[in-house]
Amino acid sequence: MSRLVPPDPWTALRRHTPARIALGRTGASLPTHEVLAFALAHAQARDAVHTAFDAERVAEAIEALGQSVLITRSAAPDRATYLRRPDLGRRLSNPDRDALTAAAKGAVDLVLVVADGLSSTAVHAHAAPLIAALLPLIRAEGWSLGPVVVAHQARVALGDEVGERLGARLVLLLVGERPGLSSPDSLGAYLTFAPRIGLTDAARNCVSNIRAEGLSYDQAAFKLAWLAREALRLGESGVALKDESDTAALPVARDLTDRRSL
Amino acid sequence: MTYARAVAGTTYAFESLADLMAKASPLRSGDVLAGVAATSAQQNVAARMILADTPLKAFLSQALVPYETDEVTRLILDSHDASAFAPVASLTVGELRDWLLSETATPTALGRLAPGLTPEMAAAVSKLMRNQDLIMAASKCRVTTKFRNTIGLPGTMAVRLQPNHPTDDPAGITASILDGLLYGCGDAVIGINPASDNLSVLGDLSRLMDDLIQRFEIPTQSCVLTHVSSAIALIERGAPVDLVFQSIAGTEAANASFGVSLSLLKEGLDAGRSLKRGTVGNNVMYFETGQGSALSAGAHHGIDQQTLEARAYGVARAFEPLLVNSVVGFIGPEYLYDGKQIIRAGLEDHFCGKLLGAPLGVDVCYTNHAQADQDDMDSLLTLLATAGVTFIMGVPGADDVMLNYQSTSFHDALYVRELLGLKRAPEFEAWLGQLKITGVDGRLAPAAAGHPLLTAGA
Repeated sequence: MSRLVPPDPWTALRRHTPARIALGRTGASLPTHEVLAFALAHAQARDAVHTAFDAERVAEAIEALGQSVLITRSAAPDRATYLRRPDLGRRLSNPDRDALTAAAKGAVDLVLVVADGLSSTAVHAHAAPLIAALLPLIRAEGWSLGPVVVAHQARVALGDEVGERLGARLVLLLVGERPGLSSPDSLGAYLTFAPRIGLTDAARNCVSNIRAEGLSYDQAAFKLAWLAREALRLGESGVALKDESDTAALPVARDLTDRRSL
Repeated sequence: MTYARAVAGTTYAFESLADLMAKASPLRSGDVLAGVAATSAQQNVAARMILADTPLKAFLSQALVPYETDEVTRLILDSHDASAFAPVASLTVGELRDWLLSETATPTALGRLAPGLTPEMAAAVSKLMRNQDLIMAASKCRVTTKFRNTIGLPGTMAVRLQPNHPTDDPAGITASILDGLLYGCGDAVIGINPASDNLSVLGDLSRLMDDLIQRFEIPTQSCVLTHVSSAIALIERGAPVDLVFQSIAGTEAANASFGVSLSLLKEGLDAGRSLKRGTVGNNVMYFETGQGSALSAGAHHGIDQQTLEARAYGVARAFEPLLVNSVVGFIGPEYLYDGKQIIRAGLEDHFCGKLLGAPLGVDVCYTNHAQADQDDMDSLLTLLATAGVTFIMGVPGADDVMLNYQSTSFHDALYVRELLGLKRAPEFEAWLGQLKITGVDGRLAPAAAGHPLLTAGA
């Protein structure tokens, strides 16, 4: 704290919210330490968007869980293109289309996709641990699992093409969510039944805010396994499938998928 | 109809008025994404030159989005006021720019003209205007609205207090509201973006704000920013709804993607007014808009995003809103790539809205995947405040912890008030003085422990 800026008398209210309240002021302006704290948070969020995706490292961690991995790229060749052309991030690059078709070995129940999305930081931190939490639940259900596909410069709808080419009944795509100042490393998970090119977000179920301060790996894995089981039972996913899994007091995911532009 | 001209030795041709408008637009990523942007800097200027010589009347005979299939076009053309249009009816788009910047265009004259201009005319002239022109012309437009206070008076700027919380926690939301009030913000509205769409949660949020407003007799209004159909349901259940919210766009198909139509908006307006909760006026609607929403919904008809945004204000003004908010930088870099594009779009939106008679505020904001930062927001905030923006957002520390983007803060509002001498809505300004939150000069008083408001946050 600065010796020149008195604290606001309502700092006790901070315990109720992660919002930046009771910051104090010097004249009309923010105290220096608050300006710098904000700058650091913004830097973390920017770096989460622009840090190069280390697909090999993520792949190694997933292979260590006993899963085979395919590394692919979307049709967006670099970050700058990815940010301007969401359509390219939703389709595989030409060589990877053929590679995936060649890798298909008949129908499988489930394909997992790991997409960098808008936060490679989130994917580096949370993708492999979440898969580790999911695998026992997948084995318990007896679902057949295709190769795990790790994708560069990828958006949510890339899972549709991947799942279609690999003959998946269900695709579960893990993606780095648009980072907030307070949440640079939030992972999202999107489940889609009968994935195929051209589906909209209305056909998906989403579990978001998977990170240390949000939904734990075990909570998220439980929810996703519940949704996957129901999707297979109903033969559909999305708006027709309401999440009634019993994990209590979870943060409510707001449907912002159109504007988050994943 | 095609448009063609030789400029500097090259002939440029444009296949339609829509194509001409799109190619005349200052560059932005959303128009590139839509495939409608100019492909060279010279083509852009050539388009602007041809647009400058195009008669305003062309927009009355050539609908950019077909009249037969789009209810927004029908609203715009059917409600066009020919007598209000008469003073500029013989002008070209370029001459309208000259007229707007002349001494002839007084606040009174501009107010009379508003119903005579279509959104497409406003968009067209904005494409010929530099940022200083957008500021100058907008600063002469007066749009005043009322509910429990008076928004938009000359020399004032209001603030929406935005106390969002990731799980709608009542104590967390109350803490942010108290922080904002104690920083002198909240005259435009206290407006919550809820995380939940559960009606009982939404009703609780309405009551939370209503209790605070009643208990401390705050001359302001509340809003839960949920779908208009939910607001109607809340009203039917007896919830204390002040303002009815809805996101809107500039085409029928884009509005359909939001789950709304003009008739549903009218139902919302009627439901809001039926409660008669306003004390000094009955402007009960709160709309939000943003360039790129029609493209995002696959409903842009080959029209540039700025023109479609102006059409959203054409929708808004038909429902006599208290507030219209362009959430300019929220949509992301595929529509507005960087600080320069966001700043330009914010000034265009404010100008077009005001020229059309809508009470335009701007959410000066950006996401973390856009090439923008606080310096860009400081620039846009300062420019809009000089242009007479009706209201801005007030988010604690500029960090919205629910929507994950950066907007303007309570401190930012204090900064522009101090810099430019801007007052709050007069009823709210008086209330702040009575509660000794501000001193006689309107500046914040030194914060005192034990302020009566804080008893609400214990």
